[in-house]
Amino acid sequence: MSQQSSRRPEKQKISTELFILTYGTLVAQLCEDYEKDEDINKQLDKMGRNIGMKLVEDFLARSNIAQCRNFYETADVIAKVAFKMYLGVTPRVTFWSQAGDDCSLFLEKNPLLGYVEIPEKHSCLLYSNMICGILKGALKMVRLQVDIQLLQDLVKDDKVTEIRMKLMRRHKVVRTVEKEQRYCGDT
Amino acid sequence: MFVFLKESGRCVTKLENMGFRVGQGLIERFTKDTARFKDELDVMKFICKDFWTSVFKKQIDNLRTNHQGIYVLQDNKFRLLTQMSAGKQYLEHAPKYLAFTCGLVRGALSNLGIKSIVTVEVTTMPACKFQVMIQKM
Repeated sequence: MSQQSSRRPEKQKISTELFILTYGTLVAQLCEDYEKDEDINKQLDKMGRNIGMKLVEDFLARSNIAQCRNFYETADVIAKVAFKMYLGVTPRVTFWSQAGDDCSLFLEKNPLLGYVEIPEKHSCLLYSNMICGILKGALKMVRLQVDIQLLQDLVKDDKVTEIRMKLMRRHKVVRTVEKEQRYCGDT
Repeated sequence: MFVFLKESGRCVTKLENMGFRVGQGLIERFTKDTARFKDELDVMKFICKDFWTSVFKKQIDNLRTNHQGIYVLQDNKFRLLTQMSAGKQYLEHAPKYLAFTCGLVRGALSNLGIKSIVTVEVTTMPACKFQVMIQKM
C-alpha cells in the first residue's frame, strides 16, 4: 500500500473558474482594505511568499526533480514543471543576460487574468504580483535569493505577463528558523 | 490561501463575503445552459450535486429539509478539511476554512434568486454540516 502511494501522489485539481474568481475576489478585497496600489502589491507579495514557502515542499514531493546545477536549469524547471503543475501553462524563458543569472518568463496567456478588468484608479496595481511572491518564497527555501519583478501585466489588450528573475545569491547556509518566523510576522 | 489571515471575527466575515462574490460568479457560469429550476428543492439538489461536484469534486453526502425553508447539507469528507485533521484536533480553526464555503453557497443561491443565511457546524473533522435558512422576501 505504501509503495503505491509514494509512486503516484494524488493529483488534486480545482476548476479554473473557481481559481480565477477566488484570486480576483482576493485582489478586490485587498483593494477595499488598502488605499494605495503599492500597499496592495506588497500584500500580494507577502501572501505569495508565505504560500511559496509551503508550496515548494508540495512541488518537490510531487515532481521528484533532481537538484538543479545552474540557474538555467532552475528557470527551466520553474517554467516547464512548476508553472505547468500549478497554473497549467508553460511560460517562455527568454532574454537571458550574458552572465546567465537574469532572465524573463513570458506568459502569453496568464490564467489569472481571465475575466479581469482593472479600473483606472488602480493603474499601478500589479495584479499577478502574488506569482512573484510565490516564486520568491519558494526559491528562498531552496537557498536561492532571487529578485523577481513583474514587468508587464494586462498591458492594454495584450494581456501578456512578463516576470523578470535575477539571481542575487546562493546561500551556503540555510537561514535560521527565527529569521523566517520574524519575516512571517511582519505587517 | 487562507493560511495568512489572522484569527478574528472580522476576518471570518470578510472571507464569507469573498465566498459570496465567488459563488455569484460561479453559479452564473455553471447554470448558463441549464433549464429553469422547478422549485426551491430543485435548486438545493443542484447545489448538492452539480455545484458541489464542480467545486469540490464530490457530491454532498446527505441533504435533509423540514420543507419549511431549512436545509442541512452534510459532507462527510469535506475537501478543505481532509488535510487538516481527522477528529477534534484544530477544531477551533475550522471556521476560518469554512466561512468561504458558506459564502459560496449563499452567493450561488443569491444569484438564483434565493436569499439565505448559511452557517456551518463541525463536530468531528472532516465531516461538516452546512445549514441553509431560506429568507422569505
